[in-house]
Amino acid sequence: MRSIALGLWEFVVGDDWRVAIGIAAMLGATALATAADLPAWWLSPLATLLILQRAVRRAQRRADAS
Amino acid sequence: MSGPELSLAISVFLASAVEAVEAFTIVLAVGSTRKWSSTLAGVAAATVVLCVLIAALGPALTVLPIEVLRLVVGGLLLVFGLQWLRKAILRAGDVKALHDEEATFAEEAEAARRAGLADGVDSYSFAIAFKAVLLEGLEVAFIVITFGANQNDVPLAALAAVLAVLAVLVAGMIVRAPLARVPENAMKFAVGVLLSTFGVFWGAEGAGVEWPGGEAALPVLAALIAAASWLMVLDLRGAGLRLRREAR
Repeated sequence: MRSIALGLWEFVVGDDWRVAIGIAAMLGATALATAADLPAWWLSPLATLLILQRAVRRAQRRADAS
Repeated sequence: MSGPELSLAISVFLASAVEAVEAFTIVLAVGSTRKWSSTLAGVAAATVVLCVLIAALGPALTVLPIEVLRLVVGGLLLVFGLQWLRKAILRAGDVKALHDEEATFAEEAEAARRAGLADGVDSYSFAIAFKAVLLEGLEVAFIVITFGANQNDVPLAALAAVLAVLAVLVAGMIVRAPLARVPENAMKFAVGVLLSTFGVFWGAEGAGVEWPGGEAALPVLAALIAAASWLMVLDLRGAGLRLRREAR
C-alpha cells in the first residue's frame, strides 16, 4: 500500500513538491478571492508563471551545483 | 470540431506520440535482440491494463459535479503540465541533456543481450515490454482521462491517443530503427504549454473564476505561457554562455 502511494505521489507530483504546494495555494487563494466577490481571473496565470519560474531556477541551481 | 475539442485532440495526440516514441525504442531494442513473441505479449498485456484504466476511470470522473471536477482536474493538469514544461525548458536551455533515442536503444539492447535467454516464454522480454508500455502509457491514460472527462468527450481523447500510437508504429515500421529524428523536446514543450493552459483555465473556473471572454481566454493564456516559457529558455541559454565565458 505504501509503495503504491509513493508511486502515485512520484507519478503526479514528480521531483519538485513545491510546485504542487504552490498550485494548491494558488487555487485556494483564487477560491477565497472569488468567494469575497473580488476579480481573481488574473491571479492563476500570474501565479502559475511565478511557480514555473521558481521551479526552473531551483533545477538550474541544482544542475550548477552538481 | 470546436476550439477546445481541437486543443484536446492536439494535446492528447502530441503527448501520446512522445510517449509512444519512448516506449517504441525500448520495445524495439528488446524485441530485436530477444523474442518478438514474448515482447509483443508484454505490449498487449500493458495495453489491456491501460484500456481498462481509461474505460473505468473516465466515465467515473464525469459523475462528479462540474465545479469539483474542474478544480481537481485543473489542479492535477497544472501540476503535470508544469512538470513537462519545466523539463522541456531545462532541455531547451541546455541545462538538461536531450532525450537520446539511439543511446536508449543501445543501452536497452545491451542489457537485453546480457540477460540469459530461456526456452519458451521469455519473461525478460515480456516484463521489460510490459513495464515500458505501462509506464509511458500511464501518462497518456492520465491525460486522456482528465481532458476527456472535463470536456465530456473521453472517446475523442482516446481516439487521438490511438491515432498517435498508430502514427508512431507506422513510422517505426518504415524506418525499422529508433525514431531519433522526432523533435521530442519541441513536442514536450508544446504539450506542457497546452496542459498548463487548460490546467490554469479549468482550475480557476473550478475555484469560481469567470474568465473575461470565456473560452476565448484559452489562446491568450497559451500564448502567455508559451512566451514566458521561451523567455526562461533564453535566460538559461544566456546564463550558460556567461558561465562558459567565465570558465575560459
